[in-house]
Amino acid sequence: MNTENLLTVTNLNITFPSPKGDVSAACGVSFSLGKEKIGIVGESGSGKSVTGRAILRLLPPYAQVVCDEIRFKGEDLLTLSEKEMRRIRGKEISMVMQDPKYSLNPVRTVGHQIMEAYTIHRRVSQKEAKEKTLEMLAAVQIRNPKQVYNLYPHEVSGGMGQRIMIAMMLIPEPSLLIADEPTSALDVTVQLQVLAILDDLVTTRGMGLILISHDLELVASFCDRVIIMYGGRIMETINAADLHDSTHPYTRGLLNCLPKIEGGSTRLPVLKRDASWLDAHYNQHITGGSDASG
Amino acid sequence: MLLVDKLNIIFGHGKAKNHALKDVSFSVKKGESFGLVGESGSGKSTVLNCIAGLLQNWTGLIEVDGKTVHRRKRPIEFYRRVQMVFQDPYGSLHPRHTIDKTLKEPVAIHRLGNGNDRVAQVLKEVGLDPKFRFRFPHQLSGGQRQRVAIARALILEPEVLLLDEPTSALDVSIQAEVLNLLQDIREQRNLTYILVSHNLAVVSHMCENVTVMNRGQIVEKITKQQLQQDTPQNQYTRQLLLASRGYDRQAIDQFKEY
Ligand SMILES: Nc1ncnc2c1ncn2[C@@H]1O[C@H](COP(=O)(O)OP(=O)(O)O)[C@@H](O)[C@H]1O
Ligand SMILES: Nc1ncnc2c1ncn2[C@@H]1O[C@H](COP(=O)(O)OP(=O)(O)O)[C@@H](O)[C@H]1O
Ligand SMILES: [Mg+2]
Ligand SMILES: [Mg+2]
Repeated sequence: MNTENLLTVTNLNITFPSPKGDVSAACGVSFSLGKEKIGIVGESGSGKSVTGRAILRLLPPYAQVVCDEIRFKGEDLLTLSEKEMRRIRGKEISMVMQDPKYSLNPVRTVGHQIMEAYTIHRRVSQKEAKEKTLEMLAAVQIRNPKQVYNLYPHEVSGGMGQRIMIAMMLIPEPSLLIADEPTSALDVTVQLQVLAILDDLVTTRGMGLILISHDLELVASFCDRVIIMYGGRIMETINAADLHDSTHPYTRGLLNCLPKIEGGSTRLPVLKRDASWLDAHYNQHITGGSDASG
Repeated sequence: MLLVDKLNIIFGHGKAKNHALKDVSFSVKKGESFGLVGESGSGKSTVLNCIAGLLQNWTGLIEVDGKTVHRRKRPIEFYRRVQMVFQDPYGSLHPRHTIDKTLKEPVAIHRLGNGNDRVAQVLKEVGLDPKFRFRFPHQLSGGQRQRVAIARALILEPEVLLLDEPTSALDVSIQAEVLNLLQDIREQRNLTYILVSHNLAVVSHMCENVTVMNRGQIVEKITKQQLQQDTPQNQYTRQLLLASRGYDRQAIDQFKEY
Protein backbone atom coordinates (compact mmCIF):
# COMPACT_ATOMS: atom_id res chain seq x y z
CA MET A 1 0.00 0.00 0.00
CA ASN A 2 2.22 2.84 1.21
CA THR A 3 5.65 1.43 0.80
CA GLU A 4 7.25 4.63 -0.45
CA ASN A 5 6.64 7.96 1.24
CA LEU A 6 5.35 10.66 -1.09
CA LEU A 7 4.22 13.52 1.10
CA THR A 8 4.69 14.51 4.71
CA VAL A 9 2.92 17.51 6.19
CA THR A 10 4.18 18.48 9.62
CA ASN A 11 2.39 20.92 11.92
CA LEU A 12 0.44 22.96 9.40
CA ASN A 13 -1.28 26.02 10.83
CA ILE A 14 -3.48 28.35 8.78
CA THR A 15 -4.99 31.57 10.11
CA PHE A 16 -7.25 34.06 8.36
CA PRO A 17 -7.07 37.52 9.88
CA SER A 18 -10.47 39.12 10.36
CA PRO A 19 -11.70 42.29 12.07
CA LYS A 20 -13.65 40.13 14.50
CA GLY A 21 -10.52 38.20 15.45
CA ASP A 22 -8.36 35.70 13.64
CA VAL A 23 -9.94 32.52 12.33
CA SER A 24 -7.83 29.44 12.85
CA ALA A 25 -8.68 27.34 9.80
CA ALA A 26 -6.10 24.63 10.43
CA CYS A 27 -4.13 23.91 13.56
CA GLY A 28 -1.31 21.42 14.05
CA VAL A 29 -2.25 19.36 11.01
CA SER A 30 0.26 16.56 10.38
CA PHE A 31 0.00 13.52 8.15
CA SER A 32 1.91 11.61 5.55
CA LEU A 33 1.05 9.43 2.63
CA GLY A 34 2.55 7.08 0.11
CA LYS A 35 1.13 5.65 -3.08
CA GLU A 36 -2.27 5.19 -1.53
CA LYS A 37 -5.70 6.70 -1.25
CA ILE A 38 -6.17 8.83 1.79
CA GLY A 39 -9.41 10.62 2.64
CA ILE A 40 -9.84 13.89 4.49
CA VAL A 41 -13.33 13.98 5.96
CA GLY A 42 -15.16 16.48 8.10
CA GLU A 43 -18.12 18.81 8.20
CA SER A 44 -18.17 22.09 6.33
CA GLY A 45 -15.64 24.57 7.67
CA SER A 46 -13.51 21.88 9.31
CA GLY A 47 -10.46 22.89 7.28
CA LYS A 48 -10.34 20.23 4.55
CA SER A 49 -10.04 22.54 1.56
CA VAL A 50 -7.54 24.91 3.13
CA THR A 51 -5.35 21.94 4.02
CA GLY A 52 -5.44 20.69 0.42
CA ARG A 53 -4.76 24.14 -0.96
CA ALA A 54 -1.93 24.87 1.45
CA ILE A 55 0.02 21.92 0.04
CA LEU A 56 0.01 23.57 -3.38
CA ARG A 57 0.35 27.08 -1.97
CA LEU A 58 -3.01 28.03 -3.46
CA LEU A 59 -4.38 29.96 -0.51
CA PRO A 60 -5.09 33.70 -0.89
CA PRO A 61 -2.12 35.91 0.03
CA TYR A 62 -3.72 37.16 3.25
CA ALA A 63 -3.84 33.63 4.66
CA GLN A 64 -1.14 33.18 7.30
CA VAL A 65 0.50 29.80 6.90
CA VAL A 66 2.92 28.53 9.51
CA CYS A 67 4.24 25.06 8.94
CA ASP A 68 7.27 22.99 9.91
CA GLU A 69 7.51 21.22 6.58
CA ILE A 70 5.62 20.01 3.54
CA ARG A 71 7.99 17.38 2.26
CA PHE A 72 7.19 16.04 -1.18
CA LYS A 73 9.51 13.40 -2.66
CA GLY A 74 12.23 14.52 -0.28
CA GLU A 75 11.93 18.21 -1.14
CA ASP A 76 10.47 20.77 1.30
CA LEU A 77 7.86 22.65 -0.74
CA LEU A 78 7.96 25.51 1.75
CA THR A 79 11.47 26.42 0.61
CA LEU A 80 10.60 26.61 -3.10
CA SER A 81 10.22 29.85 -5.01
CA GLU A 82 6.92 30.69 -6.70
CA LYS A 83 8.51 29.74 -10.03
CA GLU A 84 9.57 26.36 -8.70
CA MET A 85 6.08 25.83 -7.31
CA ARG A 86 4.65 26.25 -10.80
CA ARG A 87 6.71 23.25 -11.86
CA ILE A 88 5.24 21.24 -8.98
CA ARG A 89 1.65 22.29 -9.67
CA GLY A 90 0.07 20.26 -12.40
CA LYS A 91 3.15 18.27 -13.28
CA GLU A 92 3.90 16.72 -9.90
CA ILE A 93 0.80 17.47 -7.87
CA SER A 94 -2.61 18.20 -9.40
CA MET A 95 -5.81 19.39 -7.80
CA VAL A 96 -9.38 18.69 -8.91
CA MET A 97 -12.11 20.96 -7.55
CA GLN A 98 -15.77 20.30 -6.91
CA ASP A 99 -17.35 22.16 -9.79
CA PRO A 100 -15.75 21.63 -13.20
CA LYS A 101 -17.76 24.50 -14.68
CA TYR A 102 -15.68 27.00 -12.71
CA SER A 103 -12.35 25.36 -13.39
CA LEU A 104 -12.70 25.07 -17.16
CA ASN A 105 -12.40 28.00 -19.54
CA PRO A 106 -15.89 28.43 -21.03
CA VAL A 107 -14.75 29.72 -24.44
CA ARG A 108 -12.26 26.98 -25.31
CA THR A 109 -13.00 23.40 -26.27
CA VAL A 110 -12.34 20.79 -23.64
CA GLY A 111 -9.91 19.04 -25.97
CA HIS A 112 -7.77 22.14 -26.26
CA GLN A 113 -7.68 22.63 -22.55
CA ILE A 114 -6.64 19.06 -21.81
CA MET A 115 -3.99 19.20 -24.50
CA GLU A 116 -2.61 22.44 -23.09
CA ALA A 117 -2.30 20.88 -19.66
CA TYR A 118 0.02 18.38 -21.33
CA THR A 119 2.07 20.63 -23.62
CA ILE A 120 2.70 23.21 -20.91
CA HIS A 121 4.99 20.75 -19.18
CA ARG A 122 6.32 18.84 -22.18
CA ARG A 123 7.90 19.49 -25.56
CA VAL A 124 5.89 17.31 -27.89
CA SER A 125 4.43 17.68 -31.36
CA GLN A 126 0.84 18.87 -31.81
CA LYS A 127 -0.08 15.47 -33.21
CA GLU A 128 1.42 13.56 -30.33
CA ALA A 129 -0.32 15.84 -27.81
CA LYS A 130 -3.66 15.34 -29.48
CA GLU A 131 -3.25 11.59 -29.50
CA LYS A 132 -2.34 11.65 -25.84
CA THR A 133 -5.43 13.79 -25.12
CA LEU A 134 -7.76 11.35 -26.89
CA GLU A 135 -6.10 8.51 -25.02
CA MET A 136 -6.68 10.31 -21.74
CA LEU A 137 -10.34 10.97 -22.56
CA ALA A 138 -10.73 7.26 -23.22
CA ALA A 139 -8.98 6.47 -19.94
CA VAL A 140 -11.63 8.42 -18.02
CA GLN A 141 -14.31 6.29 -19.70
CA ILE A 142 -15.51 8.80 -22.26
CA ARG A 143 -16.92 6.66 -25.02
CA ASN A 144 -16.56 9.06 -27.94
CA PRO A 145 -13.35 10.98 -27.29
CA LYS A 146 -13.14 12.52 -30.77
CA GLN A 147 -16.55 14.16 -30.43
CA VAL A 148 -16.03 15.24 -26.84
CA TYR A 149 -12.68 16.77 -27.80
CA ASN A 150 -14.52 19.49 -29.74
CA LEU A 151 -17.18 20.28 -27.13
CA TYR A 152 -17.30 23.41 -25.00
CA PRO A 153 -17.65 23.09 -21.21
CA HIS A 154 -21.34 24.13 -21.21
CA GLU A 155 -22.14 21.32 -23.63
CA VAL A 156 -21.19 18.52 -21.25
CA SER A 157 -23.09 17.00 -18.32
CA GLY A 158 -21.87 17.24 -14.73
CA GLY A 159 -20.50 13.71 -14.73
CA MET A 160 -18.69 14.17 -18.01
CA GLY A 161 -17.37 17.57 -16.92
CA GLN A 162 -15.81 15.99 -13.89
CA ARG A 163 -14.25 13.24 -16.01
CA ILE A 164 -12.82 15.92 -18.28
CA MET A 165 -11.35 17.72 -15.27
CA ILE A 166 -9.76 14.50 -14.11
CA ALA A 167 -8.36 13.88 -17.58
CA MET A 168 -6.89 17.37 -17.56
CA MET A 169 -5.36 16.94 -14.12
CA LEU A 170 -3.94 13.51 -14.85
CA ILE A 171 -2.53 14.04 -18.32
CA PRO A 172 0.76 15.51 -17.00
CA GLU A 173 1.05 12.26 -15.01
CA PRO A 174 1.36 13.77 -11.54
CA SER A 175 2.55 11.63 -8.65
CA LEU A 176 -0.09 13.04 -6.35
CA LEU A 177 -3.67 14.07 -7.02
CA ILE A 178 -5.60 16.18 -4.53
CA ALA A 179 -9.31 15.88 -5.27
CA ASP A 180 -11.49 18.33 -3.34
CA GLU A 181 -15.07 17.02 -3.29
CA PRO A 182 -14.63 15.96 -6.91
CA THR A 183 -17.94 14.13 -7.08
CA SER A 184 -20.14 15.80 -4.47
CA ALA A 185 -22.33 17.49 -7.09
CA LEU A 186 -22.94 14.25 -8.98
CA ASP A 187 -25.59 11.57 -8.71
CA VAL A 188 -24.51 8.65 -6.59
CA THR A 189 -24.03 6.17 -9.45
CA VAL A 190 -22.03 8.66 -11.52
CA GLN A 191 -20.08 9.60 -8.41
CA LEU A 192 -19.00 5.98 -7.95
CA GLN A 193 -18.11 5.62 -11.63
CA VAL A 194 -15.85 8.69 -11.43
CA LEU A 195 -14.23 7.36 -8.26
CA ALA A 196 -13.63 4.02 -9.98
CA ILE A 197 -11.70 5.85 -12.71
CA LEU A 198 -9.53 7.54 -10.08
CA ASP A 199 -9.09 4.24 -8.29
CA ASP A 200 -7.89 2.45 -11.43
CA LEU A 201 -5.49 5.26 -12.28
CA VAL A 202 -4.04 5.23 -8.77
CA THR A 203 -3.45 1.51 -9.13
CA THR A 204 -2.05 1.47 -12.66
CA ARG A 205 0.14 4.56 -12.28
CA GLY A 206 1.18 4.17 -8.68
CA MET A 207 -0.16 7.61 -7.82
CA GLY A 208 -1.02 8.99 -4.41
CA LEU A 209 -4.52 10.38 -3.92
CA ILE A 210 -5.91 12.74 -1.31
CA LEU A 211 -9.69 12.65 -1.50
CA ILE A 212 -11.42 15.48 0.33
CA SER A 213 -15.06 14.76 1.14
CA HIS A 214 -17.83 15.32 3.64
CA ASP A 215 -19.12 11.77 3.08
CA LEU A 216 -17.60 9.56 5.75
CA GLU A 217 -19.13 6.27 4.60
CA LEU A 218 -18.15 6.86 0.99
CA VAL A 219 -14.57 7.70 1.90
CA ALA A 220 -14.31 4.75 4.24
CA SER A 221 -15.40 2.37 1.47
CA PHE A 222 -13.07 3.97 -1.08
CA CYS A 223 -9.85 4.98 0.69
CA ASP A 224 -7.08 3.09 2.45
CA ARG A 225 -6.88 5.53 5.33
CA VAL A 226 -9.07 8.34 6.61
CA ILE A 227 -8.15 11.61 8.32
CA ILE A 228 -11.06 13.02 10.30
CA MET A 229 -11.04 16.77 10.83
CA TYR A 230 -13.06 19.00 13.09
CA GLY A 231 -12.54 22.69 13.80
CA GLY A 232 -9.27 22.78 11.85
CA ARG A 233 -7.78 19.90 13.85
CA ILE A 234 -7.21 16.29 13.00
CA MET A 235 -9.35 14.24 15.34
CA GLU A 236 -7.83 10.97 14.23
CA THR A 237 -6.16 9.19 11.35
CA ILE A 238 -7.51 5.71 10.99
CA ASN A 239 -7.34 2.75 8.61
CA ALA A 240 -10.55 2.75 6.60
CA ALA A 241 -11.20 -0.86 7.58
CA ASP A 242 -11.16 0.14 11.26
CA LEU A 243 -13.37 3.19 10.92
CA HIS A 244 -16.51 1.52 12.24
CA ASP A 245 -14.62 0.46 15.35
CA SER A 246 -13.37 3.97 16.01
CA THR A 247 -13.58 5.06 19.63
CA HIS A 248 -13.22 8.77 18.96
CA PRO A 249 -16.47 10.40 20.08
CA TYR A 250 -16.54 12.75 17.09
CA THR A 251 -16.11 9.93 14.58
CA ARG A 252 -18.69 7.87 16.42
CA GLY A 253 -21.06 10.83 16.51
CA LEU A 254 -20.74 11.36 12.75
CA LEU A 255 -21.32 7.69 11.99
CA ASN A 256 -24.29 7.41 14.34
CA CYS A 257 -26.18 10.45 13.11
CA LEU A 258 -26.46 9.10 9.56
CA PRO A 259 -29.87 7.73 8.60
CA LYS A 260 -29.51 4.13 7.50
CA ILE A 261 -31.52 2.12 5.02
CA GLU A 262 -31.44 -0.82 7.41
CA GLY A 263 -32.32 1.34 10.39
CA GLY A 264 -35.69 1.94 11.98
CA SER A 265 -37.50 5.25 12.07
CA THR A 266 -36.49 6.09 15.57
CA ARG A 267 -34.93 9.44 16.31
CA LEU A 268 -31.40 9.83 15.05
CA PRO A 269 -28.72 10.30 17.70
CA VAL A 270 -27.53 13.87 17.46
CA LEU A 271 -23.92 14.90 17.71
CA LYS A 272 -22.98 16.49 21.00
CA ARG A 273 -19.94 18.63 20.40
CA ASP A 274 -17.26 18.82 23.02
CA ALA A 275 -14.82 21.71 23.37
CA SER A 276 -12.10 19.32 24.50
CA TRP A 277 -11.96 17.82 20.99
CA LEU A 278 -10.04 20.92 19.98
CA ASP A 279 -7.39 20.17 22.58
CA ALA A 280 -4.37 18.57 20.92
CA HIS A 281 -3.63 16.30 23.88
CA TYR A 282 -7.17 14.97 23.92
CA ASN A 283 -6.93 13.49 20.43
CA GLN A 284 -3.52 11.98 21.04
CA HIS A 285 -4.85 10.34 24.14
CA ILE A 286 -8.02 9.00 22.49
CA THR A 287 -6.40 7.53 19.43
CA GLY A 288 -3.24 6.38 21.19
CA GLY A 289 -1.01 8.73 19.22
CA SER A 290 0.17 7.59 15.84
CA ASP A 291 -1.98 4.55 15.09
CA ALA A 292 -2.36 4.84 11.34
CA SER A 293 -0.28 7.88 10.61
CA GLY A 294 1.54 6.20 7.75
CA MET B 1 -55.39 13.18 1.67
CA LEU B 2 -53.63 13.67 -1.64
CA LEU B 3 -54.16 12.05 -5.00
CA VAL B 4 -52.08 12.53 -8.12
CA ASP B 5 -53.33 10.79 -11.25
CA LYS B 6 -51.65 10.70 -14.67
CA LEU B 7 -49.71 13.87 -14.08
CA ASN B 8 -47.91 15.01 -17.22
CA ILE B 9 -45.90 18.10 -18.01
CA ILE B 10 -43.92 19.12 -21.04
CA PHE B 11 -41.32 21.88 -21.00
CA GLY B 12 -40.10 23.62 -24.15
CA HIS B 13 -40.96 23.14 -27.79
CA GLY B 14 -39.59 21.46 -30.89
CA LYS B 15 -36.07 20.18 -30.46
CA ALA B 16 -35.94 21.38 -26.85
CA LYS B 17 -39.17 19.56 -25.95
CA ASN B 18 -38.83 17.82 -22.63
CA HIS B 19 -41.59 15.50 -21.44
CA ALA B 20 -40.55 15.90 -17.80
CA LEU B 21 -43.40 14.00 -16.13
CA LYS B 22 -45.02 11.00 -17.77
CA ASP B 23 -48.22 9.65 -16.23
CA VAL B 24 -47.10 10.09 -12.64
CA SER B 25 -49.74 8.66 -10.30
CA PHE B 26 -49.73 8.09 -6.55
CA SER B 27 -51.82 8.68 -3.49
CA VAL B 28 -50.90 9.71 0.02
CA LYS B 29 -52.99 8.97 3.09
CA LYS B 30 -53.63 11.50 5.80
CA GLY B 31 -50.78 11.47 8.28
CA GLU B 32 -48.55 9.47 5.95
CA SER B 33 -44.97 10.34 5.14
CA PHE B 34 -44.57 9.61 1.45
CA GLY B 35 -41.10 9.44 -0.06
CA LEU B 36 -40.09 10.29 -3.58
CA VAL B 37 -36.55 9.34 -4.53
CA GLY B 38 -34.55 9.55 -7.75
CA GLU B 39 -31.47 11.03 -9.32
CA SER B 40 -31.23 14.66 -10.37
CA GLY B 41 -33.47 15.60 -13.26
CA SER B 42 -35.84 12.69 -12.65
CA GLY B 43 -38.73 15.09 -12.03
CA LYS B 44 -39.09 15.04 -8.24
CA SER B 45 -39.18 18.82 -7.76
CA THR B 46 -41.47 19.17 -10.75
CA VAL B 47 -44.02 16.89 -9.07
CA LEU B 48 -43.98 19.07 -5.95
CA ASN B 49 -44.13 22.26 -7.99
CA CYS B 50 -47.26 21.04 -9.80
CA ILE B 51 -48.95 20.14 -6.51
CA ALA B 52 -47.97 23.43 -4.90
CA GLY B 53 -49.25 25.45 -7.87
CA LEU B 54 -45.82 26.82 -8.79
CA LEU B 55 -46.20 25.17 -12.22
CA GLN B 56 -49.47 25.41 -14.05
CA ASN B 57 -49.19 23.90 -17.51
CA TRP B 58 -49.59 20.31 -16.37
CA THR B 59 -52.30 17.86 -17.33
CA GLY B 60 -53.86 15.14 -15.20
CA LEU B 61 -55.61 15.20 -11.88
CA ILE B 62 -54.55 16.45 -8.46
CA GLU B 63 -56.92 16.10 -5.51
CA VAL B 64 -56.50 17.30 -1.94
CA ASP B 65 -58.96 15.86 0.55
CA GLY B 66 -61.17 14.54 -2.25
CA LYS B 67 -61.44 17.95 -3.93
CA THR B 68 -59.96 18.59 -7.35
CA VAL B 69 -57.20 21.17 -7.36
CA HIS B 70 -57.44 23.58 -10.25
CA ARG B 71 -54.30 24.28 -12.27
CA ARG B 72 -54.48 28.04 -11.85
CA LYS B 73 -57.40 29.23 -9.75
CA ARG B 74 -57.03 27.93 -6.24
CA PRO B 75 -58.71 29.25 -3.11
CA ILE B 76 -56.34 31.08 -0.75
CA GLU B 77 -57.14 28.37 1.78
CA PHE B 78 -55.23 25.89 -0.41
CA TYR B 79 -52.06 27.94 -0.03
CA ARG B 80 -52.42 27.76 3.72
CA ARG B 81 -53.10 24.05 3.94
CA VAL B 82 -50.30 22.96 1.60
CA GLN B 83 -46.82 24.32 2.37
CA MET B 84 -43.49 23.75 0.73
CA VAL B 85 -39.95 23.69 2.17
CA PHE B 86 -37.03 23.96 -0.24
CA GLN B 87 -33.51 22.58 -0.27
CA ASP B 88 -31.67 25.85 -0.09
CA PRO B 89 -32.89 27.80 2.91
CA TYR B 90 -30.65 30.69 1.96
CA GLY B 91 -32.20 31.15 -1.45
CA SER B 92 -35.73 30.84 -0.13
CA LEU B 93 -35.48 33.41 2.67
CA HIS B 94 -35.51 37.14 1.91
CA PRO B 95 -31.97 38.33 2.72
CA ARG B 96 -33.02 41.74 4.02
CA HIS B 97 -35.97 40.63 6.12
CA THR B 98 -35.52 39.69 9.76
CA ILE B 99 -36.75 36.27 10.81
CA ASP B 100 -39.62 38.03 12.57
CA LYS B 101 -40.69 39.76 9.37
CA THR B 102 -40.30 36.60 7.29
CA LEU B 103 -42.57 34.71 9.66
CA LYS B 104 -45.18 37.44 10.05
CA GLU B 105 -45.66 37.97 6.33
CA PRO B 106 -47.67 34.77 5.65
CA VAL B 107 -49.68 35.37 8.82
CA ALA B 108 -50.69 38.78 7.47
CA ILE B 109 -51.47 37.47 3.98
CA HIS B 110 -53.76 34.81 5.38
CA ARG B 111 -55.19 37.21 8.00
CA LEU B 112 -54.65 34.76 10.83
CA GLY B 113 -53.97 37.47 13.41
CA ASN B 114 -51.95 37.08 16.61
CA GLY B 115 -48.69 37.49 14.69
CA ASN B 116 -46.45 38.05 17.70
CA ASP B 117 -47.68 35.06 19.62
CA ARG B 118 -47.56 32.83 16.58
CA VAL B 119 -43.97 33.77 15.83
CA ALA B 120 -42.86 33.16 19.40
CA GLN B 121 -44.71 29.84 19.49
CA VAL B 122 -43.40 28.53 16.17
CA LEU B 123 -39.80 29.50 16.94
CA LYS B 124 -40.07 27.43 20.07
CA GLU B 125 -41.56 24.54 18.16
CA VAL B 126 -38.68 24.41 15.68
CA GLY B 127 -36.12 24.78 18.45
CA LEU B 128 -34.85 28.26 17.67
CA ASP B 129 -33.82 30.49 20.56
CA PRO B 130 -35.91 33.71 20.77
CA LYS B 131 -32.68 35.70 20.35
CA PHE B 132 -32.71 34.81 16.63
CA ARG B 133 -36.06 36.47 16.08
CA PHE B 134 -34.71 39.84 14.97
CA ARG B 135 -31.69 38.57 13.08
CA PHE B 136 -31.21 38.29 9.33
CA PRO B 137 -30.72 35.02 7.40
CA HIS B 138 -26.99 35.61 6.87
CA GLN B 139 -26.49 35.74 10.63
CA LEU B 140 -27.79 32.18 10.95
CA SER B 141 -26.16 28.84 10.19
CA GLY B 142 -27.51 26.60 7.44
CA GLY B 143 -29.36 24.42 9.93
CA GLN B 144 -30.89 27.42 11.68
CA ARG B 145 -32.04 28.83 8.34
CA GLN B 146 -33.72 25.54 7.50
CA ARG B 147 -35.50 25.70 10.86
CA VAL B 148 -36.76 29.16 9.90
CA ALA B 149 -38.00 27.79 6.56
CA ILE B 150 -39.83 25.03 8.42
CA ALA B 151 -41.23 27.56 10.89
CA ARG B 152 -42.50 29.70 8.00
CA ALA B 153 -44.38 26.68 6.66
CA LEU B 154 -45.74 25.68 10.07
CA ILE B 155 -46.93 29.10 11.13
CA LEU B 156 -49.92 28.76 8.79
CA GLU B 157 -50.99 25.52 10.49
CA PRO B 158 -50.87 23.52 7.26
CA GLU B 159 -51.99 19.93 6.78
CA VAL B 160 -49.57 18.93 4.05
CA LEU B 161 -45.85 19.69 3.88
CA LEU B 162 -44.04 19.30 0.57
CA LEU B 163 -40.38 18.86 1.48
CA ASP B 164 -37.94 19.26 -1.41
CA GLU B 165 -34.52 17.92 -0.38
CA PRO B 166 -34.90 19.65 3.01
CA THR B 167 -31.56 18.44 4.36
CA SER B 168 -29.45 18.00 1.24
CA ALA B 169 -27.48 21.20 1.79
CA LEU B 170 -26.76 20.45 5.44
CA ASP B 171 -23.94 18.67 7.25
CA VAL B 172 -24.94 15.21 8.46
CA SER B 173 -25.05 16.20 12.13
CA ILE B 174 -27.40 19.08 11.30
CA GLN B 175 -29.38 16.84 8.95
CA ALA B 176 -30.03 14.48 11.88
CA GLU B 177 -31.41 17.36 13.96
CA VAL B 178 -33.66 18.59 11.17
CA LEU B 179 -34.95 15.09 10.36
CA ASN B 180 -35.74 14.54 14.04
CA LEU B 181 -37.54 17.87 14.12
CA LEU B 182 -39.59 16.95 11.05
CA GLN B 183 -40.57 13.62 12.62
CA ASP B 184 -41.60 15.27 15.88
CA ILE B 185 -43.71 17.90 14.16
CA ARG B 186 -45.47 15.33 12.01
CA GLU B 187 -46.40 13.32 15.07
CA GLN B 188 -47.53 16.32 17.09
CA ARG B 189 -49.55 17.93 14.32
CA ASN B 190 -50.62 14.80 12.44
CA LEU B 191 -49.18 16.27 9.25
CA THR B 192 -48.96 14.61 5.84
CA TYR B 193 -45.55 14.75 4.18
CA ILE B 194 -44.26 14.30 0.70
CA LEU B 195 -40.51 14.10 1.14
CA VAL B 196 -38.34 14.38 -1.94
CA SER B 197 -34.68 13.40 -1.82
CA HIS B 198 -31.92 11.91 -3.92
CA ASN B 199 -30.73 10.16 -0.76
CA LEU B 200 -32.27 6.72 -0.37
CA ALA B 201 -31.26 6.46 3.28
CA VAL B 202 -32.99 9.73 4.17
CA VAL B 203 -36.19 8.69 2.42
CA SER B 204 -36.24 5.21 3.90
CA HIS B 205 -35.57 6.62 7.35
CA MET B 206 -38.44 9.07 7.11
CA CYS B 207 -41.05 7.25 5.03
CA GLU B 208 -43.07 4.05 5.16
CA ASN B 209 -43.60 4.08 1.42
CA VAL B 210 -40.94 4.93 -1.09
CA THR B 211 -41.62 5.73 -4.73
CA VAL B 212 -38.69 5.66 -7.12
CA MET B 213 -38.59 7.97 -10.13
CA ASN B 214 -36.38 7.94 -13.20
CA ARG B 215 -36.60 10.21 -16.24
CA GLY B 216 -40.02 11.57 -15.37
CA GLN B 217 -41.60 8.22 -14.65
CA ILE B 218 -42.36 6.21 -11.57
CA VAL B 219 -40.36 3.01 -11.86
CA GLU B 220 -41.30 1.34 -8.59
CA LYS B 221 -43.30 1.78 -5.42
CA ILE B 222 -41.88 -0.13 -2.48
CA THR B 223 -42.31 -0.23 1.24
CA LYS B 224 -39.52 0.57 3.65
CA GLN B 225 -39.47 -3.10 4.64
CA GLN B 226 -38.92 -4.28 1.08
CA LEU B 227 -36.13 -1.79 0.71
CA GLN B 228 -34.49 -3.01 3.89
CA GLN B 229 -34.71 -6.64 2.91
CA ASP B 230 -32.96 -5.78 -0.32
CA THR B 231 -35.68 -7.08 -2.60
CA PRO B 232 -36.67 -4.30 -4.96
CA GLN B 233 -38.04 -5.78 -8.18
CA ASN B 234 -36.92 -3.02 -10.43
CA GLN B 235 -33.36 -3.10 -11.78
CA TYR B 236 -32.96 0.65 -11.50
CA THR B 237 -34.00 0.61 -7.84
CA ARG B 238 -31.57 -2.23 -7.21
CA GLN B 239 -28.75 -0.23 -8.72
CA LEU B 240 -29.66 2.84 -6.68
CA LEU B 241 -29.68 0.71 -3.55
CA LEU B 242 -26.33 -0.83 -4.38
CA ALA B 243 -24.81 2.58 -5.07
CA SER B 244 -26.13 3.90 -1.75
CA ARG B 245 -24.12 1.21 0.04
CA GLY B 246 -20.79 2.84 -0.78
CA TYR B 247 -17.86 2.10 -3.04
CA ASP B 248 -17.47 -1.40 -4.44
CA ARG B 249 -15.15 -1.53 -7.44
CA GLN B 250 -16.67 -4.72 -8.91
CA ALA B 251 -20.26 -3.58 -8.56
CA ILE B 252 -19.57 -0.38 -10.48
CA ASP B 253 -18.67 -2.24 -13.67
CA GLN B 254 -22.21 -3.66 -13.69
CA PHE B 255 -23.85 -0.21 -13.56
CA LYS B 256 -26.12 0.53 -16.49
CA GLU B 257 -27.88 3.63 -17.72
CA TYR B 258 -31.61 3.46 -17.23
N1 LIG C 1 -10.39 32.69 1.77
C1 LIG C 1 -10.78 32.63 3.04
N2 LIG C 1 -10.88 33.74 3.81
C2 LIG C 1 -11.27 33.67 5.09
N3 LIG C 1 -11.59 32.53 5.73
C3 LIG C 1 -11.52 31.39 5.03
C4 LIG C 1 -11.11 31.37 3.66
N4 LIG C 1 -11.13 30.09 3.22
C5 LIG C 1 -11.52 29.34 4.26
N5 LIG C 1 -11.77 30.10 5.35
C6 LIG C 1 -12.19 29.63 6.67
O1 LIG C 1 -11.38 28.55 7.04
C7 LIG C 1 -12.13 27.51 7.66
C8 LIG C 1 -11.94 26.20 6.93
O2 LIG C 1 -12.46 26.33 5.62
P1 LIG C 1 -12.42 25.17 4.54
O3 LIG C 1 -11.09 24.55 4.51
O4 LIG C 1 -12.93 25.75 3.26
O5 LIG C 1 -13.48 24.14 5.12
P2 LIG C 1 -14.00 22.77 4.47
O6 LIG C 1 -13.66 21.72 5.46
O7 LIG C 1 -15.48 22.95 4.35
O8 LIG C 1 -13.34 22.59 3.14
C9 LIG C 1 -13.56 28.01 7.68
O9 LIG C 1 -13.83 28.57 8.93
C10 LIG C 1 -13.59 29.05 6.61
O10 LIG C 1 -14.56 30.04 6.89
N1 LIG D 1 -39.37 25.39 -14.84
C1 LIG D 1 -38.79 24.55 -15.70
N2 LIG D 1 -38.63 24.88 -17.00
C2 LIG D 1 -38.07 24.02 -17.87
N3 LIG D 1 -37.63 22.79 -17.56
C3 LIG D 1 -37.75 22.40 -16.29
C4 LIG D 1 -38.33 23.24 -15.29
N4 LIG D 1 -38.32 22.59 -14.11
C5 LIG D 1 -37.75 21.39 -14.34
N5 LIG D 1 -37.42 21.26 -15.65
C6 LIG D 1 -36.82 20.06 -16.27
O1 LIG D 1 -37.59 18.95 -15.86
C7 LIG D 1 -36.77 17.84 -15.56
C8 LIG D 1 -36.98 17.40 -14.14
O2 LIG D 1 -36.42 18.37 -13.29
P1 LIG D 1 -36.61 18.37 -11.70
O3 LIG D 1 -38.03 18.14 -11.39
O4 LIG D 1 -35.99 19.60 -11.19
O5 LIG D 1 -35.76 17.09 -11.29
P2 LIG D 1 -35.28 16.64 -9.84
O6 LIG D 1 -35.95 17.51 -8.83
O7 LIG D 1 -35.68 15.21 -9.75
O8 LIG D 1 -33.80 16.80 -9.84
C9 LIG D 1 -35.35 18.27 -15.87
O9 LIG D 1 -35.05 17.85 -17.19
C10 LIG D 1 -35.42 19.78 -15.78
O10 LIG D 1 -34.46 20.36 -16.61
MG1 LIG E 1 -14.21 22.51 1.19
MG1 LIG F 1 -35.02 18.77 -7.38
